[in-house]
Amino acid sequence: MALLQIAEPGQSTAPHQHRLAVGIDLGTTNSLVATVRSGSAVVLPDTAGFGLVPSVVHYTADNSVTVGHLAQARQIDDPRNTIVSVKRFMGRSVADLPDASSTPYRFVDAPGMLKIKTIAGEKSPVEVSADILRELRIRAEQSLGGELVGAVVTVPAYFDDAQRQATKDAARLAGLNVLRLLNEPTAAAIAYGLDNAAEGIYVVYDLGGGTFDVSVLELTRGVFQVRATSGDSSLGGDDFDQRLYCWILQQAGLTTPSDKDMRLLLSRAREAKELLTDHHTTRITAVLSDGEAIDLELSAETFQTITAQLVQKTLTPVRKALRDAQLATEDVKGVVLVGGATRMPHVRKAVADYFKREPLTNLDPDKVVALGAAMQANALAGNRGDEEWLLLDVIPLSLGLETMGGLVEKIVPRNSTIPTARAQEFTTFKNGQTAMAIHVLQGERELVQDCRSLARFELRGIPPMPAGAARIRVTFQVDADGLLAVSAKEQISNVEASIIVKPSYGLADHEIAQMLEDSMQNAEQDKNARNLLEARVEAQALLDATRSALATDSALVSPDEHGNIMQLLTQLEICQQGEDIQAIREATEQLNRITEPFAARRMDVGVRKALAGQRIDELG
Amino acid sequence: MSFDFSDNHFSLFGLPVQFRQDVVDIEAVYRTLQAQYHPDRAVTGSDSDKRFALQAATHINDAFHTLKSPLARARYLLKLQGFDTQEETNTSMPADFLMQQMEWREAIAEAKQTHDLDELEALATQLRSESRSLTTLIAGLIDDKQDFNRAGLVVRKLRFIEKLEQEIGDAIEALLD
Ligand SMILES: Nc1ncnc2c1ncn2[C@@H]1O[C@H](COP(=O)(O)OP(=O)(O)O)[C@@H](O)[C@H]1O
Ligand SMILES: [Mg+2]
Repeated sequence: MALLQIAEPGQSTAPHQHRLAVGIDLGTTNSLVATVRSGSAVVLPDTAGFGLVPSVVHYTADNSVTVGHLAQARQIDDPRNTIVSVKRFMGRSVADLPDASSTPYRFVDAPGMLKIKTIAGEKSPVEVSADILRELRIRAEQSLGGELVGAVVTVPAYFDDAQRQATKDAARLAGLNVLRLLNEPTAAAIAYGLDNAAEGIYVVYDLGGGTFDVSVLELTRGVFQVRATSGDSSLGGDDFDQRLYCWILQQAGLTTPSDKDMRLLLSRAREAKELLTDHHTTRITAVLSDGEAIDLELSAETFQTITAQLVQKTLTPVRKALRDAQLATEDVKGVVLVGGATRMPHVRKAVADYFKREPLTNLDPDKVVALGAAMQANALAGNRGDEEWLLLDVIPLSLGLETMGGLVEKIVPRNSTIPTARAQEFTTFKNGQTAMAIHVLQGERELVQDCRSLARFELRGIPPMPAGAARIRVTFQVDADGLLAVSAKEQISNVEASIIVKPSYGLADHEIAQMLEDSMQNAEQDKNARNLLEARVEAQALLDATRSALATDSALVSPDEHGNIMQLLTQLEICQQGEDIQAIREATEQLNRITEPFAARRMDVGVRKALAGQRIDELG
Repeated sequence: MSFDFSDNHFSLFGLPVQFRQDVVDIEAVYRTLQAQYHPDRAVTGSDSDKRFALQAATHINDAFHTLKSPLARARYLLKLQGFDTQEETNTSMPADFLMQQMEWREAIAEAKQTHDLDELEALATQLRSESRSLTTLIAGLIDDKQDFNRAGLVVRKLRFIEKLEQEIGDAIEALLD
């Protein structure tokens, strides 16, 4: 660029490079991206001003992908190709789904993690999530005007290793550098705690669309220490919709609605649920595909009665978390409510009754997780303000190994502070045994069949020894993202085997290759978006520099020259608003060329001025 | 950054090598150490910075865990003195202790059967007070009398009690579901 900015001698040119980092709340229902701008966290809206992106992805036959509100609009007319609440399927197989039959999707069982059959081919939940994340990344890059150094992506605290891995894979597939996976309630606690300078024991109760989390945290002078966490990774506002949907079917005497009717009634159920938060009664009306009309009256009281059991269900994890933290309700200084479903009055009342205190609701339950994640991303990226804080989080579920008789031996107990490593020694049970199968599990139950299988691997090449003589040390290392790596080593012979535990869905290499190939098309779009962005940023820099040079050194340009510069400057301003990358580049180049002589003159003057300020003997 | 992985946990935390400790001090030092070494401080660093942070923070967590729990702390102190607590191998226990163990076990089994949450909570309280008095005993044996042999026996007893507490915890949890 011709118009060099000349700094005063002894002054550094770029005082501090602010690194662009974002926090992403990848929700079951809604997703958001936020960043810290001039010291405060803000949610980045789309061009229409919407902050929340519905976590909905629509696929078409020509492989075009729509995300968010536009996709949501396709839910009823094209339910099979419109994927909602994909987060419920992350790291899950068909057998894991409690209600596969009440979704409109065609599931395909793949090892470890299911896939969804769409008109654009079979989609893994990782790919669908990546489509949402890509949308958020592009939104952020366009609004921040540059490439991101990274993102903090939030996950439910109660997500197991398979679900966390799947989330991290999705982020990578979306072209994000993951600075950290952060637990959603912890993110909320940061946003709340920093804003209110809170100290003491706080409980975060997060009831979203598809997941429920509860975390007990201790806040002490800038340290957020999670004492215990619990939850239910398949309980949320969706279940209230489901309950109400069943009630509608029952009242209307329907048994097997079509996919479209099912979607329609589920949407009606959700609307009614949300309406009843502020009203005493509502009407549910719908015309089904066979022309049958439904018209029902529903009171808040009835709704609360048919869903009371779900509300009670959230209190079990709350009790467990307090038990694990060895605390009683009296020790709790505040209860922070997070998630759209905590707007329901009967949920608030149940929480207030349980803790014998009114929960804190002075935060926007939709945004608080994204804002906290943005603050953490900003800190991790190294944009240190005066404020420094530390997060100490835990793993939600115990990790262990299969032992004789189908039992699970726990190696890392739940609620251990991460990062952590634990080792345990095992031995052979047959004479001359040369291999050992290692089966890694997660969960609290005693039997293998009741826990989640994370990975299997074998330690081979153990030298033949009598039974019980070999000493095999198995080490579990959990990193700060809550992700597990397991290694095993025979102590006498030093035979070693190790793996990073990739969940059993273990995206095979060819699958990743396929996914990347599929995403090439999107990458093409991305690349265009990025090029446009770069062209605009470059144009803006030149515009700024030119304007400021004209303002300070107008004496160095003739009136003619001034007129020419202004003309090209205006032209570039106009091009910059458009989408034509080539036009922006050309206009930039033209303005650049015409300002070159001016820049040279400024440089001369600048250098002379700079030299005049120095003593000759310093130049030696 | 200086960080010696071979330091014993007490010197890492700048604490005297003894059983009696103030948990508040341990926690304060813990936070200061993690504030310095936690992986969150190394996110923009090189791969080797990240690896170092992971190992250091893991080690600090392990040390904290050991120092904070009376059972783990006692076991660790005895190990530093060259005494093995033989928790897996030595099962010889005084008869009265064994009798009491059996009584507790029966009480737990019965409360579990009858789904008696209150009884389980009451048993948990009893066990907590038992482990508190064993802890006081250990403090005297290690810090005042340097009688590591007898301390080893009390550590084994404490281990039994902790297992029972765990069992009650699991039973209570099962009833909550
Ligand atoms: N006013 C309201 N009353 C009741 N439920 C609501 C209201 N607003 C949103 N919800 C519910 O909150 C859930 C979404 O919450 P959100 O925190 O966005 O979820 P997630 O984190 O899973 O994306 C949905 O089930 C939605 O119906
Ligand atoms: Mg959420």
